[in-house]
Amino acid sequence: MTDSLCGNLTWDSIMLVKAWKDPNVNNLITAGAAAMIPVGALMVPLLLLWTGWWRPLFRDWLASVDHKKIGVLYIALAVVMLFRGVVEGTLMRLHHATALHGGVLSPDHFNQLFTTHGTTMIFFVAMPLITGLMNVVIPLQLGARDVAYPRLNQIGFWLTASGGFLITISLLIGQFATGGWSAYPAYTGSIFSPGVGVDYWLLSVGLSGIGSTLSGVNFAVTLYKLRAPGMTFMRMPLFLWTSLCVSILLVLIMPPLTVACITLGLDRYLGFHFYTNDLGGNLMNFINLFWMFGHPEVYILALPAYGVMSEVASTFSAKRLYGYPSIVVATMCIAVLSFLVWLHHFFTMGQSALVNAVFGIATLIIAIPTGMKVYDWLATLWRGRIRFTTPMIYLCGFLVLFVIGGLTGIILANPTIDFQVHNSLFLVAHFHNVIIPGVVFGMLAGLHYWFPKVFGFRLLESWGRTTAWLWIVGFSVTFFPLYVAGLMGMRRRAVDYADPAIQPYMIVAAIGSLILCLAFLALLGTILRSILLRKQLAVPLGDPWDARTLEWATPCPPPEYNFAVLPEVTARDAFWEAKENGTAYAPVEKYEDIHLPPPTYYGLWIGAFASVLGFAVVWHIGWLSLLGLLGSIAVPIAYALLPYREIILPAAEVQKQDEAWRCAARETDGVTRDEEAHATNRGLAKPDELEIEFAAAER
Amino acid sequence: MGSELKSYLTGFALAVLLTAIPFVLVATRSDLPLGWILSLCAIAQAIVHLRYFLHLRWRGQKREDLQLVLFTVLVLFFLIGGTIWVLGDLATRM
Amino acid sequence: MNSPPKLHPGLNLGPAHGDDHEAAENSIFGFWVFMMSDLVTFGMFFALYATALHATAGGPGPKDLFDLSSVAWQTGFLLVSSLTSGLALLHVKTHHHRSGAAIGPMLFWLLATVALGGLFLWREIGDFQAMAAQGALPTRSNWLSSLWALVGLHGLHVSIGMLWALVIALGVLLRGVDQRWKLTLLRWGVFWHFLDIVWIAIFSFVYLGGLR
Repeated sequence: MTDSLCGNLTWDSIMLVKAWKDPNVNNLITAGAAAMIPVGALMVPLLLLWTGWWRPLFRDWLASVDHKKIGVLYIALAVVMLFRGVVEGTLMRLHHATALHGGVLSPDHFNQLFTTHGTTMIFFVAMPLITGLMNVVIPLQLGARDVAYPRLNQIGFWLTASGGFLITISLLIGQFATGGWSAYPAYTGSIFSPGVGVDYWLLSVGLSGIGSTLSGVNFAVTLYKLRAPGMTFMRMPLFLWTSLCVSILLVLIMPPLTVACITLGLDRYLGFHFYTNDLGGNLMNFINLFWMFGHPEVYILALPAYGVMSEVASTFSAKRLYGYPSIVVATMCIAVLSFLVWLHHFFTMGQSALVNAVFGIATLIIAIPTGMKVYDWLATLWRGRIRFTTPMIYLCGFLVLFVIGGLTGIILANPTIDFQVHNSLFLVAHFHNVIIPGVVFGMLAGLHYWFPKVFGFRLLESWGRTTAWLWIVGFSVTFFPLYVAGLMGMRRRAVDYADPAIQPYMIVAAIGSLILCLAFLALLGTILRSILLRKQLAVPLGDPWDARTLEWATPCPPPEYNFAVLPEVTARDAFWEAKENGTAYAPVEKYEDIHLPPPTYYGLWIGAFASVLGFAVVWHIGWLSLLGLLGSIAVPIAYALLPYREIILPAAEVQKQDEAWRCAARETDGVTRDEEAHATNRGLAKPDELEIEFAAAER
Repeated sequence: MGSELKSYLTGFALAVLLTAIPFVLVATRSDLPLGWILSLCAIAQAIVHLRYFLHLRWRGQKREDLQLVLFTVLVLFFLIGGTIWVLGDLATRM
Repeated sequence: MNSPPKLHPGLNLGPAHGDDHEAAENSIFGFWVFMMSDLVTFGMFFALYATALHATAGGPGPKDLFDLSSVAWQTGFLLVSSLTSGLALLHVKTHHHRSGAAIGPMLFWLLATVALGGLFLWREIGDFQAMAAQGALPTRSNWLSSLWALVGLHGLHVSIGMLWALVIALGVLLRGVDQRWKLTLLRWGVFWHFLDIVWIAIFSFVYLGGLR
């Protein structure tokens, strides 16, 4: 530790300076990417000042405790980080296309790429995506006004964002870790990785992990305690069931990661011997801890996607979900079993065959509930009134590709086979095959499905469908060749290869990665184009898809308090039931005052001090670490001692807003499903003859 | 007031007893199977704390809290037990 | 038959509060959920400790370092502090309708709890200093690393609990015993009792288990 003013930080730590002094290909690529940070840091404030948007940004968004806005912030963070992740993935695939006997990138640069790619994609893309979507949807589907702890929700977001800040700034100042997203010691210990890279990993992952724990607590309490009157557990939409399981997993399974980060940090900073090679240290302990978190993490990501797919399947085939109880039971089984399989990530560590067999069998068992779900989704589609909207295309891609990914997982669950393909590209292909069609497709389907609910207008179907197909094709072209290359013996995380037979597959994969880049651009294009056409796409009446659950029983976008009157739930598909009975838009007899939490900068302060703390600890800047730490402690104390005033929205105001919407809905003639994707769709659904026939048959 | 104060004092008395037993046995280097006694006293005292200090019951609204605690204990059993099993197994093979 | 009294962890808000019970339910339930996360954190440190039992790397072991009487003192301080923290909560309950009257005794028990926590930390730090004097620093072996981390984490929690209690005392003095501070006090009560439960595991398995 140094105690100078700037700790270990020097001018040469800044990537741009380094590239100026030593302009080779690797430094220039990194510097090019790094230059985007100062440029962005300059451009964004200027843009905000010029447009005058800074005031609404701070007042209406950054200070907001509205769950919908916090959800949108999470998703925005995820999309920004996805940009980095996709670019890094593409760079690696392009590099491998030329990497027979060595390629463009240096080994150290390549190591950084796969480490940041993995860390970014898991912790700063997938996690914020699911947290964001859960934030937006849970209270609405539940018939609640907000999550249980709105301020805690904000804090959770800003802790995640400060983790994201650290991993982003590592591009500009210093460098990131080279030990993979799982950061196994002893390589990541202070002897073999003396630089700041691993410290960046520890702090960004650690901070966002605490944020995720807090979100888990918040969602669990929301789902337990804030269900609308009559919303029993077995009446909850399936997305809520998966969210409940995910929240419990988050609460119980983030701690092993936190502990792994803390202990590795103690090793690196204070010379402890948890995972060192000498004095009794045992690196297997880290691997064990990491995967006790890491495996349930896979289900934390996948279960919400299953939830989204359940909603999509049922809405866009206008049928109730087939086998609801079986999917609920399957979800819970998966959640519990996920605690029992972590060892399959290190079958080759050296334990006896019995241990491997037990964990291998436990892993195989998970295929049963998952398979059950797939059959349930298929049965939901069967003989439904199917519309091939964008979410349905993602669902179809999911059903085919995810099943393939699952099957390769079953292959890997057999320890004897795993010994052959462990740490090969086969594994890389497998987990991308589960995570992209599983998690990413699910989240994108959810984005399309719920976008109108949050913003008040639909996303363009034409662009949406193109994007969906680009993701499906891009994924297949990129990752199926990796299975073959893996079976041919190509190691994962290897910078080059010596077998010319592998190169054709690498070239195909590189082409696929370019298609995935296009898919990402098309996603941005979909959103931008739809914003431009938002007047035509507006669905203010709230129900563009003729959907079944409570979130659609509100206008689009919903008011800050979600529901003027908390709904009474009498059946599983509560909104569908109300539409059938003709009570969906009926006048309300009595309105009451609504209490709302006030906007606050609590979360922003916590995030700012946490970022300062993280950065200072990475660079061993003593005084700044102390400042960050004291700030992080002082902010909660200050807010606890400050007076707290709720905003009270008077009943008359609520009544005015709500009645305007209800009257408009009653007076408008809805559209049938044939016109779902047309400009005539204002968010009010009308059953057509076919649908009435179906409904009768379903009874 | 009476019943709750009584609950605290009962709990405190039981906790003192359950603390004293293992300390005395270890201090006097007793020949009894100490591992078992230590574990049983610890578990019993944890239950005493949960029941008399934190008022967790099967009845009423505390039920959800109790279920939560029990599920967490189950998960901890999986994770700690699994860790000891796996790393113990590894240790015997090194 | 009368319905069973609503016993919240350490405190009942009393019948006069009506709707506040529901708020208390949510607030306390959420804190329980958070504590379970913390419990798993401790569990992982226990698991690390259990796997490190034989990894003393030729350095000092439990029998060379542990001081039974000091551990007994620490256990005693913490157990009594559990009782005093409960009495602080109980005073708020029984005197809730006269919020002015409750502050004095409540503050007394709250500060008594902080003082007992301080005594606990004083003995614990003394133990650490004694160990350091014998060269038993966490940099000596894997076993010592996990011992210092586990016991140190508990000590850190005790310090946080003490700081929290002082903030509550300040808040109550500034704003009186209102609904918000009552809920905070309830959560702090759960936290403090929880620390004692973790300590049971530490003295039973780490100290007594190491000395037997």
